[in-house]
Amino acid sequence: MSGLLELWGTLPAYAQATFWILVVTVALILSVAFTTLWERKVIGWMQLRKGPNRVGSIFGLLPGIFQPFADVIKLLLKEVVLPSKANKWLFRVAPAITLVPAFAAWAVMPLDPRLVIADIDAGLLYVLSLTSVGVYGIILAGWAANSKYAFLGAMRSAAQIVAYEIAMGFALVGVVMAAGTLNLGDIVRAQQGGVGDWFFIWLFPLFVVYLIAGVAETNRAPFDVAEGESEIVAGFHVEYSGIAFALFFLAEYANMILISALTAVFFLGGWLSPFEGILAADNPLAQPGFHWLFLKLFFFLTCFMWYRATFPRYRYDQIMRLGWKVLIPVTLVWIAVEALMVHYGIGPWSAN
Amino acid sequence: MFVQILFYAFSAVLVAAALGVILSRNPVHSALSLVLAFFTSAALWLLIEVEFLAIVLVLVYVGAVMVLFLFVVMMLDINVEEVRSGFTRYAGLGALTALVVIAQMVSVYWVKGLGIDATQGAPPLPADYSNTRALGEVLYTQYVYPFELAAMLLLVAIVAAIALTMRRRPGLKAQDVAKQVAVRREDRVRIVKDVGKDGAA
Repeated sequence: MSGLLELWGTLPAYAQATFWILVVTVALILSVAFTTLWERKVIGWMQLRKGPNRVGSIFGLLPGIFQPFADVIKLLLKEVVLPSKANKWLFRVAPAITLVPAFAAWAVMPLDPRLVIADIDAGLLYVLSLTSVGVYGIILAGWAANSKYAFLGAMRSAAQIVAYEIAMGFALVGVVMAAGTLNLGDIVRAQQGGVGDWFFIWLFPLFVVYLIAGVAETNRAPFDVAEGESEIVAGFHVEYSGIAFALFFLAEYANMILISALTAVFFLGGWLSPFEGILAADNPLAQPGFHWLFLKLFFFLTCFMWYRATFPRYRYDQIMRLGWKVLIPVTLVWIAVEALMVHYGIGPWSAN
Repeated sequence: MFVQILFYAFSAVLVAAALGVILSRNPVHSALSLVLAFFTSAALWLLIEVEFLAIVLVLVYVGAVMVLFLFVVMMLDINVEEVRSGFTRYAGLGALTALVVIAQMVSVYWVKGLGIDATQGAPPLPADYSNTRALGEVLYTQYVYPFELAAMLLLVAIVAAIALTMRRRPGLKAQDVAKQVAVRREDRVRIVKDVGKDGAA
């Protein structure tokens, strides 16, 4: 073991980074697989059903645990149908365009007090710019499929993502003002000192706006008019089948995990322990670590499923109204309030 | 060496994308080539360590401007034939513009050859140098008034654009959300007792 650690130390930085990129990517793909299962289970329990419980079990426990693998194999073996008169190249490349940003954004995610793949200063801007690229995949999928329903779904989705990106960006302006940095690791460090110093308390309106905008950005219920199966069949991915459809599915869930992780980092202190400053400093529960980030992420991820099982879908004009006339004014007002708080030294950021 | 290989690779992609913008027959392909051109320019800017501008280029142009552009191009039914027909009329003007651009590029190269290069090629910056911070410090201290003025100008432009294009059309069936929210159960539901034929409830 110590020999291995020594060998690890001698590896050049790019080799170490490559190793972590592989670890994060594989972990993400596996998480996506089990998130789909968890979603079906959670929604099943909420609706007094059992959820998938047929495929495999571990010694009689966790029935249905291998359902995601069965689904993946099924989708892999299915034919990918190209619609006639579809733009073949764009049709094939669109799922990849939605998928890549959802994974690439993890490069700047602070996973641990010491572990960030790329510790860059403009980390927050990097995340914002990458996630804004993801919409191309949806627009192109809708356009290239040469189908009315797909095109309608793509148009809805583009308008929605552009609208909610503004509210999301403004909410993050508040986070940047509070932390005084764009580096995600430093944003987490700025929240040190126990639950009371986490930004969600002082920036509560921005936290709520970010949560709502996050759901809208990932096109999840109740903001899933881009799919809207009762109106436009399945929206932008109507014409996709087999593994090409699975890639869209993968991207949607990867984006959900990403938004959950970002919410934890921006507003709930990322890898910081909630018991910091409450329990003794040498108490293992007060130590920061990846497990805290994971727990917070898991909570928000489960919230996504909760929303889906609870809320009816918004009407399109209601979505636009909420984004432009409610969320953006709320963020503007709270940024002004926060500016006053910073100026008069009220709040946790007064120390620095 | 590695940086040079990257530079030439990105430059090649950039030139190819720029050609794609003007040469492809499909307007949507042109718009997408422009997206690729912006993206590769951002990569080139990263090579000269201006990461803030590179990321903002992707955020603003790729993430916002081009999405709306693509949106419009997809919605419009552009007649390629008609657009092409103007080629000979504007060919002279286009050639002149191209000549001026080439002349400017050559002159830059020529000045460099004279050995009076004022820039001297920026020295590599230390690893902890943050040009996001540097830009912010200059922008919000020394140039704060021009910056605020620019922001006000943009705001005026937004207000003007909305004021010019928004008009109330009669007969519009838009929903009044405030009215919908204010609706109470009593306004919509009336409970009627079901009275049978013989008058018993």
